[in-house]
Order: sequence, then structure tokens, then C-alpha cells
Amino acid sequence: MCGIVGLFLKDSRLEPQLGQLLSDMLITMTDRGPDSAGLAIYGSATEGKAKVTIQSAKPEIDFADLERDLAEAGLPARVAVKSTHAVVAVAAARLADVRAVLAAIRPDVRIMGAGDSVEIYKEVGLPKDVVARFDVRSMSGSHGIGHTRMATESAVTTLGAHPFSTGSDQCLVHNGSLSNHNNLRRELIREGISFETQNDTEVAAAYLTAEMAKGKDLGQALTGALDDLDGFFTFVVGTKSGFGVVRDPIACKPAVMAETDRYVAFGSEYRALVNLPDIESARIWEPEPATVYFWDHQKAA
Amino acid sequence: MPVIDLATTPLRELNRSLHNIQQGSNDLSYEVANPRGSHAVAVGIDGPVVVDVNGSVGYYCAGMNDGGTVTVHGSAGPGVAENMMSGKVVVEGDASQYAGATGRGGLLVIKGNAASRCGISMKGIDIVVHGNIGHMSAFMGQSGHLVVLGDAGDALGDSLYEAKLFIRGTVKSLGADCIEKEMRPEHLQKLAELLEKADVKNVRPEEFKRYGSARKLYNFNIDNADAY
Repeated sequence: MCGIVGLFLKDSRLEPQLGQLLSDMLITMTDRGPDSAGLAIYGSATEGKAKVTIQSAKPEIDFADLERDLAEAGLPARVAVKSTHAVVAVAAARLADVRAVLAAIRPDVRIMGAGDSVEIYKEVGLPKDVVARFDVRSMSGSHGIGHTRMATESAVTTLGAHPFSTGSDQCLVHNGSLSNHNNLRRELIREGISFETQNDTEVAAAYLTAEMAKGKDLGQALTGALDDLDGFFTFVVGTKSGFGVVRDPIACKPAVMAETDRYVAFGSEYRALVNLPDIESARIWEPEPATVYFWDHQKAA
Repeated sequence: MPVIDLATTPLRELNRSLHNIQQGSNDLSYEVANPRGSHAVAVGIDGPVVVDVNGSVGYYCAGMNDGGTVTVHGSAGPGVAENMMSGKVVVEGDASQYAGATGRGGLLVIKGNAASRCGISMKGIDIVVHGNIGHMSAFMGQSGHLVVLGDAGDALGDSLYEAKLFIRGTVKSLGADCIEKEMRPEHLQKLAELLEKADVKNVRPEEFKRYGSARKLYNFNIDNADAY
């Protein structure tokens, strides 16, 4: 099953409530997948700064003195620890160096996502516990996506949880199961992409990353996914300025959308949307199969 | 009239009370408040009870209905009126995928649009959709009628048996073994009857086209032996 949610705010006055609204949406979807949960929150970007969300199985060891050790390695950074995750803020020009420095000084740390505004948090456990662990309710932002997992294709681990990063400020959540992920993974490995898990969604994320590296934009990459990915999927992707939705042509994984003057919301089920403001007067519809949808702050402005 | 508020009453209590109506009872009308997308609202009704659901529901509303009249004053999630035996289910808004799936009898009326797989494997149910229907609708439909005032999506009536499909708008594509068929007087008469039952006004049966099975998949065709 799996449950996915997404919320894109048009009205900036709702931004302080993003974490709160998205948390409630995700918790409502708990019985679609109680194995693990995760969220990507797009907060406000700071001019000239970039951030990297990292995760560790031993946060008390890996995150201790991390700021000092990064500085000693020649990478001045601010480190904000949240449970098993930490957000490392660096000068935007140094973003590309973070991965290499961390690999040298903290080899066991995993990078969850990076960019100007995205923070990605995911863990094994129920949505309510994951939300509490990372204090998601207190987070503000312009948009975010969330996922609660019922594992079918790979083990229940932190790294098997969603969202998966697909590039700078981009991530993906998935409801469904891909049937050609082993083949596709082998092809992507041959192209030089490395994988952390046996998870099918990680392959979809890597596929999108690889297609965009060849020059496609996200919309074109998602359209390509309709041809190249075999299996069931409803994807919600987050980007720096918006979010997108695409369902496979058979479209048996559920999806409901709601739009008002103040927001666009996605839920695996209508239940996820019922606590949103003015939902009674929202336009509610089911996204069409094999159709790429996008909402974008930059295009709207 | 009992009003059951799902914000304060567990779903099972609602369904239990709908199942335990004694013969001769006068309390045959129920109102359900705050469904808020709940699953399995008013499933398994087996008597002439009338249920008005004030809001939108999730999966499988009014599933297995046998004799009840259920009206959803909102939209319905996947599988509304799944496997209905008899009675009537009305959705004032839209219905998600596989509305009326496997239904054996009764009437399902959807006043908005229905998504994919509407009437999949229908076995005697009558379905009237005021709006459009999605892809793969009436897949393997065995009997009953699917009436659509709007358009049908891809692969209508794929692998159809003897369900009769009446579409007023366009059909994006027909599924395997589904063809347009002649509209004979008995079909026009049946269609008029269904439109009236479904509260459809100002629409004439002559505006529809009929689709049914070409019956070419009923028997093995020896010319296809090479494919096996």
C-alpha cells in the first residue's frame, strides 16, 4: 500500500503551519503503511547558503564535534542536530565539497538530500513517532511531501524509507512497486551510479537523476519514466519551487488532489485532506493516469 | 431518525446497527454525519434501510448492499457499491476507481464522474453515470447495464461478456472484443427505464450508442494456436 501526501502553499500566510498540516496529513495515512515514514520540507532559502541533511545510525558519535571537525577539514559549517539526522549548512559555493569531506571524516554518515531549501527526514517507525522525533510540527515552509511505507520490495530500514533524493532540492516519494528495478539498477550501475539499498524507489530516483544529468528537465524525466519504468506507481516529486504528481497508465494506486486559492494538496486518500483549511469548498479531483502534473511557485509568480 | 456521527461513534457501531434492524421496525432511515473519508461506511446492509451519508467517503462505501438505499452527499473513494446485490446507491459527487465492481444487482447512480474500471466484472448491476468514466471500464462485464451520459476513457469493455454499455459521448478507445452494436427498440426501452430510475432529465435514449461483446473471445480460435 503506502500512503503519500503533499502540500504546496500558495498563500504564504499558511507557511508557519506547513509542518503542522503535513504532519496531520501523514499521520492520517498511518494504516496505509506503518513500517517507516519520512518527509521533505522546503523551508526558506538563505541567500548564499546551502544545506545538506545527513543521517547516522550512531548520531551520538558521528554528530559529536562535527562542526569542529568540518572546520578542521577546511569546510566551515553550521550543524543542527535533530535526533538521527543533522542539517549541515555551508556556503552555497562549497556544497559540492560536503560529500567528499564527510566521506573522509564521517564515512558512516548517509546524505539524505541537499540543496538551497530542502530538508529530508526519514526513519523506521510510525508517522506519529517520526514526526515527533524530528519536531516536524514546528517547521515552516512553502511546500513539502511525506510518505508512510508498507515495505514490499526491500527491507524495512532507514535508507529504504522515502523520500529519496533525486538531485539538488529534489526528492521523490512512491506508492506502488516497480517490476523492472533490478534490470534498471544494473543499467544505472553501468552508467556509474551507486546504490545504497535493494529498494525499487531508489532506482526510480536514480533513473530521474540520470535522465536529468543527460539534460532533461524534471517534467521530461517523469514523462520518460512512463515508458521506462514497469510496474505500479503514483509518484509525488518535490522540487525547489514546487511539486509534481505522476501516475502509471494503469493507475491502480490511489490519488486524490484538492486545490483552493491557498494551497494544492495531494493525498493517497481523501481522509488525508479533511483537516486542511476550507477543504469543504476545495476543488477535489483524481489525477489522470499517465499525465504529469506540476505546481510551481516560480511559474505561478 | 437516528443520526450517527462518525466523529464520535465508531464505524463498527454504525454498521452493526444497520445490520441489526428488526423486521417491522419503523426506524428505517439513518443519517451519517462526518464521514470524512472513512472506509466501509454502510457496508453489508441486508434490508430496506435508507442511509444518507452527509459528506465524502473512502473505500468500499455501501459494499455488498442488499436492498438498502444509500445516498452519499459528497464523493466516494474506490469500490463504492462493490458487489451490490440489490437496492440503490447514489453518489452525488464523483466516484473513484472500480465503482460498482462485481455488482450482481441493484442500481448505482453516480451524478459526477467515475474514475477507471467503473463496473469492472459487473454481473447484473445497473450503473448510471451522469458524467464521464475512466479507462478499462466494464472490463469483463458479464451482465447488467452501464449507462454513461458523458465520455468513456480507453479500453472500454475489454474482454466483455454480455453486459450492455450505453455511451452518450465519445469513447476514447474500445477494449479487445468490444464493438458498437445496433440500438434496437428493446434497448431504447431499457435505456429509457434506467434513465428515469436514475433521475436523468432532458436526455433521450436515442442520443446514446450501444456497445457490447463481439463474442470472438468466447471460444478458442484455432488460427491462434501458434501463439501458445
